[in-house]
Formats: sequence, structure tokens, C-alpha cells
Amino acid sequence: MTDDVSDQVDNNRRHFLTVATAVTGAVGAAFAAVPFLASLKPSARAQALGAPVEVALGNIQPGELIRVLWRGKLIFVLRREEKMLSELANNDANLKDPNSEVVEQQPDYAANPTRSVRPEFLVLEGSCTHLGCAPIEDFPVRPAENWYGGFFCPCHGSKFDLAGRVLKGVPAPTNLRVPPYRFVRDDLLLIGQDTGVA
Amino acid sequence: MRRARQIIAVVAATLLTTGAFAAGGKDYPPSNIDRDNIQSLQRGAANFMNYCSGCHSAEYVRYNTIGKHLELSEQQLIDNLMFNADKTFETINVNMPMDDAVTWFGAAPPDLSLTARSKSADYIYNFLKGFYIDEDQTHGVNNRWLAGTSMPHVLGELQGYQRAIYDEKVAEDGSVTRTFVEFEQVIPGQLDAEAYDEFVRDTTNFLAYIAEPVRSERRKLGVWVIMFLTVFGILAYMLKKEIWKDVK
Amino acid sequence: MARAEAEVAKSTGGVVKWIDDRFPLMETLRYHVTEYYASKNFNFWYVFGVLAFVVLIIQLLTGIFLTMNYKPSSAEAFASVEYIMRDVEWGWLIRYMHSTGASFFFVVVYLHMFRAMLYGSYKKPRELIWIIGMLIFFVLMAEAFAGYLLPWGQMSYWGAQVIISLFGAVPVVGDALVEFIKGDYAISDITLNRFFALHVILLPLLLVGLIFVHIVALHEVGSNNPDGIEIKENKDANGVPVDGVAFHPYHTSKDLVAIIIFLIIFSAVVFFAPEAGGYFLEHANFEPANVRVTPEHIAPVWYFTPFYAILRAVPSKAGGAALMAAAVLLPMFLPWLDKARVKSIRYRGWMYKTALTLFVISFVTLGWLGLQPAEGIYVTLTRIFTVVYFAYFILMPYYTSIDKTKPVPNRVVYNA
Repeated sequence: MTDDVSDQVDNNRRHFLTVATAVTGAVGAAFAAVPFLASLKPSARAQALGAPVEVALGNIQPGELIRVLWRGKLIFVLRREEKMLSELANNDANLKDPNSEVVEQQPDYAANPTRSVRPEFLVLEGSCTHLGCAPIEDFPVRPAENWYGGFFCPCHGSKFDLAGRVLKGVPAPTNLRVPPYRFVRDDLLLIGQDTGVA
Repeated sequence: MRRARQIIAVVAATLLTTGAFAAGGKDYPPSNIDRDNIQSLQRGAANFMNYCSGCHSAEYVRYNTIGKHLELSEQQLIDNLMFNADKTFETINVNMPMDDAVTWFGAAPPDLSLTARSKSADYIYNFLKGFYIDEDQTHGVNNRWLAGTSMPHVLGELQGYQRAIYDEKVAEDGSVTRTFVEFEQVIPGQLDAEAYDEFVRDTTNFLAYIAEPVRSERRKLGVWVIMFLTVFGILAYMLKKEIWKDVK
Repeated sequence: MARAEAEVAKSTGGVVKWIDDRFPLMETLRYHVTEYYASKNFNFWYVFGVLAFVVLIIQLLTGIFLTMNYKPSSAEAFASVEYIMRDVEWGWLIRYMHSTGASFFFVVVYLHMFRAMLYGSYKKPRELIWIIGMLIFFVLMAEAFAGYLLPWGQMSYWGAQVIISLFGAVPVVGDALVEFIKGDYAISDITLNRFFALHVILLPLLLVGLIFVHIVALHEVGSNNPDGIEIKENKDANGVPVDGVAFHPYHTSKDLVAIIIFLIIFSAVVFFAPEAGGYFLEHANFEPANVRVTPEHIAPVWYFTPFYAILRAVPSKAGGAALMAAAVLLPMFLPWLDKARVKSIRYRGWMYKTALTLFVISFVTLGWLGLQPAEGIYVTLTRIFTVVYFAYFILMPYYTSIDKTKPVPNRVVYNA
């Protein structure tokens, strides 16, 4: 009888210690995993190389598209002509998200009809939201094909208008992404940073 | 168990005695740097940027890392330390082309990122105090710790110039052995001996810091890790004791 | 009781049963874990096998993550190590763990081997375990050597230079062999690149394979113990050795304590003395490899120094290399050199005890001498201890056969 009681007590203690040790070990393993996982994040050098890039706007002609790299990603900077801007509103019926309601796709300051800070300059990530190919520009308007100018992705045929908004009936789910940017001066664009006054 | 303890004691004693040998090589008078003294490191950083970084790079060290560890704001970095760079994430490079350096000095000034680890902080401290007048050398100075150095006495305006005094012994066969006795100040500098000593110590401290910027972080973390393992170990030991009650 | 068994059967039904029908999962677990019986009187010396396994895991894990940022080219290697130390988040910890782990691997493996010598673990029927163990040791040395070149510092470069040159002592083909190893006329980018391949692929694969075989062989014959008694010769009605306890939970719970104590010591080095006074990370290795300048004082990393000292004991390149090779290979023949009827030092006579003590002293002293300059008194001492080192093995058949041994008890000595 006394043996039974002491066994009982032992088992409780054993169970408690087993659980306590296992839990402590699991916590330790979780902590130990942090450095390994964190080491996979962009390093200080990657961050340095991924610093904001400046784009001088003076040399861009109206209607011209230039390509720059920020963090190794392709960025489009398009100086839109008056005509291009005026076409934008005509096409809303053909668009999946004409009002830029998917918030991840642009900073707040670009969630407007022209998807830009200054309507003249369109800044977009040149990466199709379907599977990441680089879209190609196709600016001439062809009303017969219901095409008002924009971007065309060669991989799977997704189409975007001159504000980077995706057309209906293509595989890309959302509008092209607008990176953070601001105008440092009237003729100097900074891509990758928007703190301070936009 | 007692045997095990004896063995551990012997092993520990062996390691300690051999540890003394490991330090080995030349013995330098100690620099007595205080690695946790942020003010000293900040002064050292300024010294380095003003007097060293014209010729010496620290190519693995980023300005913003220094800013983070030395508690300097971005603006303070830009205003006080960044003479060769315009972005805080850049590394410390020199503008002087290395080919020219070889022509001017006879050797390229070494990168100083790791000197405190490869040569020791004590070496740097003594080296910076070890310049003395020697007309035979290209730059008119020699160094007690690196004979024939191609580095001019950049800190001469601060330290002034000193002469090395030797004790000469002539052996019976006529050979002369020279042993260093002390330095004698010949030309005064802007700083007195004590102030120059502080200047060199701060600079050395900074170089020791950039050789391993993570040092203070690693030591802080180590305390936590060992505390955690100790608790874990106590639990595991109690569990082992409990389970081994089965074994008669 | 019956109900409890039924519950167990139910709980191990489903997925486990499905697997068991196709793969011997539970059988393997029983054979190697829950019903692997090892002596209950294991002491301090019996933890180093499991600790070596822990270090292996640390090295594999940290090694994989280092490989993600390291660049095996002579132009970039040194800088990529500093990149890991400074720019990669937590990279310093991963690197220090790996560099400290390398030294600790040898610490625990040397102690593990010493345990075998203390208790005669290499003797019949465990000769093959010992031989596999020696092969593991050889691969480990190659692995450490290849790894040491990778940081491409001054010590990496000149250490490799010295060791690779040793192969030049091989008669006839020596010089060709050296070129073959380097893949170039000097140690270069090409050498570094191939050493990287060896260090991260071939040698670790071999190491893991050999360790697997080492453990399979061990579990076939069963573990030795401090009394050197075969516990399988004394079983109860259920066929369980009366002096044995199951690996799990008994030895696992014991090993866990040992592992944690080990990790505390390991962490103390990693966090407070990663250079370990220049033993684990040599000062000269913080300078990039420079073909034009040999560091003033060059010595291999501490774990090679006993053999390095023996190399320098004779003033001849071929002789030194041959002697060193012999010093490394000789322990392999221990199972046949040792003629004693008993295994454990507990029941051996004064001769073996003296011999083993002298051997340990000579090994440690040679290790220290290997770090000293090869001049004056150091050379004399090196020669003396080299003789002692070899005498331990060569005279062993003689002194172990005439040594007076004590009777071995039937049961292991254990006080609960």
C-alpha cells in the first residue's frame, strides 16, 4: 500500500519533469532556430545595394518610357503625354480594379485615377502580377481591338493600361504594383523611399 | 565521480598553462583600452577619420554600423565622420589610388578592418607611440615595433618627435648589442604626453571595435544563453535522477 | 494490463501500422532505442560518443548556412567570411559556432578514443567498431584540414602549404602528387575551389556514412562498459541483460544532461572567447592569404599539433612524413597489439596503467611542442616524447601479456 502511494507520487513528479524538460527543450530549439532563419533575410550589403535610386527626369521626353533597377527589380518610369492621360478614364469598364482598391498594389498616394503622385509621371514595378515576367510597352491606340495603349506581358498575355491597371479576361489578378517613391526636386525622382513629403 | 573531477581539474590546469603560451609572440605593454566606453570609441572614431582614413581603408566596416553601436545619429555620422562617403551604408574606403600610394610610401597602406585581431590592440597602441627620429629612413622616422616601416609619423604634429636611446654593449669580439632604454622627447607636439596617450588609446579602442563590431552584443547574448541552458540543465538533471530511481 | 496493451496497440495503429507494413519503423526504434540495452554503470567517459554526434549536427547545420554566403574563390573567400561576420544577420554566431565546433569535434573525439583505451573498447568483439572509428578520425582530419583553407587567411594558406608539401615526401610520385592535390603549380583559386567541394560534399557524406556504420556495428555487439564485462552473457528470463538498461529513457535522460553541460561549455567559448586565445581562430588568419609573406610563427591548429611535432622529430622530409603517417595509423592496430585478457583498466596491472599514463602525457606534451618553434630544447623533448608515443604501441604486445591482471567480476560495479 505504501509502495503504491510512493509510486503514485513518483509518477506525477516524473510526468511533470518530463513535460517541463520537453517544453524547455522546445523553447530552446525555437530560440536556436531564430538566428538561422534570420540569417536568410537580406543582409546589410543587400540592403545597401537595395538603397533608393535617383532618377533624373529632365531627359525623359513626353511619351518616353525608361527602365531603371531598384533592389534588382525592374522599374518603369513613363512620362505620359496629355493624350495618354485623357484616354485613361475611357476604359474603366474593361478593368478589373479601375479604382485601385487592392491596397497592397500601391502606396496611398498613388491610389487615384492616374495611380501617381504627379499625373505626368507613372512609376511602376515592371513585373507582371501573374507570374513575374516583365511586361512590354504597347502605346499605340487601336480602337478596333479595344486597345487604348498600355503594357502587354509576353509570357501569358496579361494586359495593363497606361496606369498599370489590369484588363479583364487576362490571367494577371491585380494591377501592376507602384513602388514607394517621392520627388526630391521638381526634376529628380527618388524610387524606394517615400518618407518625408511626397 | 571524484575521479572525473580530478581529471577535469588536470585538463583545466593544462589548458590554462598552455593558454599563457598561446598569447605568445612579442609582449607589448598593455593598451588598457575600455571596450565598453562609448565616449572613448566616439573620440576614437573621430581620430580615425581625421588622421587615418585619408590613407587607410576599413573596407568591411559600414558607417551606419558604427552609428548604431556608437550611438550616433545619421546626421552626426554625416557631419563628423563621413569624409570619404556620402551614404551611411557605405563602407570606409579611401579616395587615394593605391598605385600612387605605393609610389609615395613604398607600400600600400593596409586596410585596418581587422588589424586589432591579426596584430592585437596592444600592438596598435604601441606602434602609434613608437615612432622615433631616424635620418636613415625615407620619412625621417622609424618605429620601435615595426622596424623600417614605410608609414610616416602622421601624428607627429600631435605627439611631437622623440629620439630612441639605446644602451650599447661592446662584447669582447667587438660586436655591439643595442638594447632599447627609453624615448626622449626632442620636438614638442600639440598634445602633452598624457593627452597623446589618451588620443592613441581612444584610436586603438576604435580599431579594436571595428575588428569585431559584434563583440559587445555577443557577450550580452552569451549571458542569456548560458542562463537558459543552466535552467534547462537543472530540469534535465532532476528528470534523470527521477528516471534512474528505477535502476537498482 | 491487458487493456493498457490494447490501447497501445490502438494508438500505434493507423499511420504507424501503415508505415510498419512497409518499413520496419517500430522494429528499428525498438532495436536501436527502446530495447537497446547498455550497461547501467556508464561513467563520465561514456558521454563523448553522443557529444560527438551533437557536434556533427552543429557542424552540418551551421555549415549549410555558411555555404549560403561563403564564396569559394581566392578573390572573394576572405571578404565573404567577413561579410558573414558583419553583414549577414546573425552570421557571426553561425560562423563562431562552426569554427568553435571544429575544435570541439576534436576535443570530444580525442576523449572518446581515450575512453576506448581506458576500458579496452577496441578489444574483441569490437575490433571493427574501432577500425571504423579510426576511419572516421581520418576523414575528420581531412575534413578539418580542407575546412581550414576556406577562410583564405594567412594561416589557411601557409598551413595548407606545409601539409600538402608533406605528400612530396612520397617516393617517386611525390612532386606529381603535390601538383595533383593542388590542381595547380601553387595553392591557388583552383585548390580552394576543390577543397570547398571536398569539405562540403564528399567528406561530410563519408563522415555521415561511416558514423552510421559505426553505430550499426556497435548495436550489433553491444556497448562495452567501465568493467569491460559482456553484459549479454548474463540475461534474465526475458532475455534482457541484467546489468543493462534501455537506451531510452535511461541513457537518453543521462545523455541529455551531458549534452546540456557540453552546450554550456560550448556557448562559453562561442560567446566569450571565440578565438580561444588564438587556438581556435589563429590571429594570423585575420590577415588575407599573401603568397609573398609567410607569417613569422606558423603552427597548425592545435588538434594537429601532436602529429605535427612528430613530423619535426626527425631532420628528414621523408622520414618525418613517414613517422607522422605511422603515428596516425598505429592506433588502428590496437585490437591486435593488446594481448591482455581483461579489457578494463580497472582490472589491469601497473604496467598498462603506467603505459597509458605515459602515452597521455606524451600526446599532450607533443601537442604543446607542436606549437613551439623547432629549436633547442624543444627538439630534444619532441624526440623523447615521440619515442614514448611509439613505445606505447610497439611494446604493447609485450607488456600487456606479462602484466598481472585482476579477476573480473561477473556483474558490473554499480551503486544506485
